[in-house]
Amino acid sequence: MKQWTPLLLVAVLAALAVSLALPWAPLAPLWQRDPALAQAIIVELRLPRALLALFYGAMLGASGAAIQAMFANPLASPDLTGSTSGAALGAVVAAYLFGFASPFALAFGAVAGALGALGLLLLLAGPKAETATFLLAGIAISALAGALTTLALALAPSPFAFYDAYQWLMGSLIDRSLGQAAFAAIPATLAIVLLLRFAGPLDTMVLGEEVMQSLGHKIGRLRLWVVCLTALGVGACVAVCGAVGFIGLVAPVFARRIVRGHPGRAILPAALIGALLLVSADLLTRSAPIGRSLPLGVITALLGAPFFLWLVAHMRWSLSR
Amino acid sequence: MTALVAAKQLALPGRLEPTDLYLQAGQLTCLVGPNGSGKTSLLHAIGRIGGPKGEVSIAGIDPAKVPPSRRGHMLSYLAASRDIAWPLIAHDLVALGQPEDVSPARIAETLSLFGLDSLADRRVDRLSTGERSRLLIARVLAADATLLLLDEPIANLDPLWQLRLLDHLRSMLWGANRAVLVAMHDLEMARRYADRLLIMNEGRIVADGEPAALLASDHITAVFGIVPSASGWQPSSPEDPRS
Repeated sequence: MKQWTPLLLVAVLAALAVSLALPWAPLAPLWQRDPALAQAIIVELRLPRALLALFYGAMLGASGAAIQAMFANPLASPDLTGSTSGAALGAVVAAYLFGFASPFALAFGAVAGALGALGLLLLLAGPKAETATFLLAGIAISALAGALTTLALALAPSPFAFYDAYQWLMGSLIDRSLGQAAFAAIPATLAIVLLLRFAGPLDTMVLGEEVMQSLGHKIGRLRLWVVCLTALGVGACVAVCGAVGFIGLVAPVFARRIVRGHPGRAILPAALIGALLLVSADLLTRSAPIGRSLPLGVITALLGAPFFLWLVAHMRWSLSR
Repeated sequence: MTALVAAKQLALPGRLEPTDLYLQAGQLTCLVGPNGSGKTSLLHAIGRIGGPKGEVSIAGIDPAKVPPSRRGHMLSYLAASRDIAWPLIAHDLVALGQPEDVSPARIAETLSLFGLDSLADRRVDRLSTGERSRLLIARVLAADATLLLLDEPIANLDPLWQLRLLDHLRSMLWGANRAVLVAMHDLEMARRYADRLLIMNEGRIVADGEPAALLASDHITAVFGIVPSASGWQPSSPEDPRS
């Protein structure tokens, strides 16, 4: 773990630098001609995008690890618990009421939606549900939130509102300002830092609730913190960038290899791996040879879904041994 | 002589009637009773699990006031469930949730005490239930807690490890400021190892005393519906006398 953290940090910073520099071809001559303009392109166009990818990815990784630890379930993640789709629904509803230009309303709607989805999951599946119950409840909540989002789209007040909402739903980091980036980055950073404080207690969740309570940990409070922090961070990021799937599932799986399987200690490396994955995915959206950039949410889903299938197959295989 | 552990008016609504219990240092107390009689609830109430009513003091201190980083020295609890679904390494499971000053050497020592050296690097979810039991017992014993609360520790263990565990508990109690409370179903093991026997029924302690005397009393028949016979215990009548 100790050797891995700086290594991951260097990789994240390198990916960030590449993300700022690419595409290099139009930038290099501009730098000669008009350095001020080149600088503006980097700071005002590329930096917000790169920072959003960094913080959103880190938030998804950290919250995925924390949610998996809390439910003692390696298949949990913000998408599978319905909090991403809940956040999306909340944001779309808020956008119709207050418009997409109002970041506070969007963020409030998204956080409320994420909280609602997680609360409903705890209510439906119970705090210590089996994998099957848990996944079914998560799928049901995701499906419900998805259906309601589609309903909201169908009832869009105007074709423009529909188009805005649809494009935002596919997940995008393009054309966001530094202010918007800060709007996602500050709650995300706060949530990750606070989640890291619970790494120790989340590790001991493995021993079961009874043992945890005998050790003096307050389970109810821990759950409430994790639910609220993930909803806050993921909600704020969804409000700015739309829904991006699978990072929260994939990053902790890799992170746990670094920390010998400890669920709580995986939060930090999962945040770094999540950041690395999303910055890289964003680079991929730009380098597709079709002349226009692809929606980010589509890229992560296209790469993440097969990984999820592999994970399920692998778990079945290892259980049958 | 003052009690090492004093529990007053312990209660868990619907599961445990208000109960006072005092445990002396150096004693192994066995808790027996039919399924659902409240053994686990009593252990939970003493271990401050599930928000029990009442007061507990261990060596004069309320465990609820001791932070998680040191609580393991005061009380250690073995849950009846041996399910660990998470793919953790066996050695790390034993080290999990220990007080800060429990050294790696102590963890290694406890692992080898329970014959777990060869399993230390294996994944917990791939071990047998009995192996996992030994691992969880090792985890509970590593911190040398003042009060050990063990819920069916010998279930799932083979005969040799049942004896080794109970012998070890006895040796831990020798001259030590420590008490052990064990819930179990094996009446013969209770007779052989316990200093004191508590019989529970319907959320209450119905008998409390010296094991051999209690096991020969009518309480056993009244609570369990069994009577002693030449070949061990047998049902007191074809129908359950309790129904």
